[in-house]
Amino acid sequence: MAIEKTYAEINEKIKSGKAVVLTAEEVIGLVAEKGLTEATRQVDVVTTGTFAPMCSSGVFLNFGHSKPKMRMQKVWLNGVPAYAGIAAVDAYLGATELPEDDPCNNNYPGEFRYGGGHVIQDLLLGKQVKLEATSYGTDCYPRRELETYITLDDINEATLFNPRNSYQNYNCGVNLTNRVIYTYMGVLKPNLGNAHYCSAGQLSPLLNDPNFLTIGMGTKIFLGGGIGYVAWNGTQHFPEIQKDVAANSYGPAGGTLSLVGDLKQMKANWLLGTSFLGYGATLTVSIGIPIPILNEEVMRCVSVSDRDLYAPIVDYGEAYGQRLPSDLGYASYAELKSGTITVNGKKIPTAPLSSYPKAREIAATLKEWLCKGDFLLTEPVKLLPSYRDGIQSKKLEIRNL
Amino acid sequence: MAPNKIILRFSENTSDQPIIYRLVKDYDLVINILKANVNPNKEGTMVLELTGEKYDEGLGYLRGQGVRVQPLAEEVFRNEDRCTSCGACTDICPTSALRLERPSMEVKFDSDNCIVCQLCVKVCPLKAMEVRF
Ligand code: SF4
Ligand code: SF4
Repeated sequence: MAIEKTYAEINEKIKSGKAVVLTAEEVIGLVAEKGLTEATRQVDVVTTGTFAPMCSSGVFLNFGHSKPKMRMQKVWLNGVPAYAGIAAVDAYLGATELPEDDPCNNNYPGEFRYGGGHVIQDLLLGKQVKLEATSYGTDCYPRRELETYITLDDINEATLFNPRNSYQNYNCGVNLTNRVIYTYMGVLKPNLGNAHYCSAGQLSPLLNDPNFLTIGMGTKIFLGGGIGYVAWNGTQHFPEIQKDVAANSYGPAGGTLSLVGDLKQMKANWLLGTSFLGYGATLTVSIGIPIPILNEEVMRCVSVSDRDLYAPIVDYGEAYGQRLPSDLGYASYAELKSGTITVNGKKIPTAPLSSYPKAREIAATLKEWLCKGDFLLTEPVKLLPSYRDGIQSKKLEIRNL
Repeated sequence: MAPNKIILRFSENTSDQPIIYRLVKDYDLVINILKANVNPNKEGTMVLELTGEKYDEGLGYLRGQGVRVQPLAEEVFRNEDRCTSCGACTDICPTSALRLERPSMEVKFDSDNCIVCQLCVKVCPLKAMEVRF
């Protein structure tokens, strides 16, 4: 009879300290050795992890009221603007926001040494952060100006809310032009001088649940060194099965997650302010998602290895920016991790942007929490769309006004 | 002529002398101040790039004023707490002083192979590579 386990049964085992938990790396060998059925019988949860720059991240803050009170209209934290077009002392600080006086790319390539992501890390480090606000003054909120220092402990809420994280898969960026380019994929050297990729591959959360069988709204996860939840699908959630021109299949891509969690219980070494030369500032986010082994199909999905997973090779010199089709093929994560791939017949060196050792550490930490019985699984309130739903990305057309 | 990088150490009573002005005016040297920590009546240091015909005379003048002059040995080092082993620097470093170890995928830094080109200092997204004077 086919094996079926429920969330409740797995949670009972976690509580009694009897759950068998493996990381997405460890499970590959077990399935190869014991086969799918036996591995499904033995294992209750598989943990995943990823630690990479994720620009669509930020934090909702509530500062508490000053005396006299203020309807903050414009807000800056260490000189970095936060969006205050919500209630009186609420603001949203985005990871890629830059100080008003940042020279950006005027001094090309710009350094982007400090931005919203760095403010988030400073808050986690317990540092004092300068808060400035201006307003027009109302009868109920008379104050028009404010300048003070805050710390993470001083304010009411700090809710990390990341609209798009944990990309299922990502491009492998190359440069076909004859000049150096500075991108969010790092520095790409001219004439196919190097290739950068950004995924934990076989450890990556959504590559281990490609059809969204278990990860959905309400899934409890490791986020920023603490606990977080899946809030919804991420923006630009276009799950698909990659195909080449000859219709060969190259595995899943395109899914994204929107994540939420209380910043106050997260850790400064797991959410890092990040600067991309010539591109901008961002936040490096740590995510670990547990996958309950409900049945053989879930187990089959988590048993994929770097040899089965592929990144599309994309030219960031022209095709990417000009929204042109790029037909440079695919590279498996096994090839990418080996240090060289072949593109257009040329052997080129590769480098990652996503830390594999840290992804491994996240998956191991989550495993430890589960084994100790500290962390119980949540059953999703609503599952997310998969490639079967055929969501198509919409393009923004520039119309004549 | 390539500029020479030197480090100057001032004692308490030389800190308030117009020494840099004299180097420019009397010795015709081109000066680029890379780093300065000089306060009146305190010990101070200054890191300079110096070029000019009268370079040796200029240094002689400095020594005569009681300033200690040392050639600068710049060094690039890795702040282990900041580095995540992301790998983004490993194909930028020209000498493989920064390299990915396989299969662990950890980034190793071997300062013996470092030529202090400082490309990694610019490129590292986490600002983990630092210059030490
Ligand atoms: S780019 Fe920076 S953080 Fe990444 S491996 Fe190199 S030194 Fe470490
Ligand atoms: S300074 Fe240059 S040689 Fe030294 S580690 Fe950095 S990139 Fe490599």
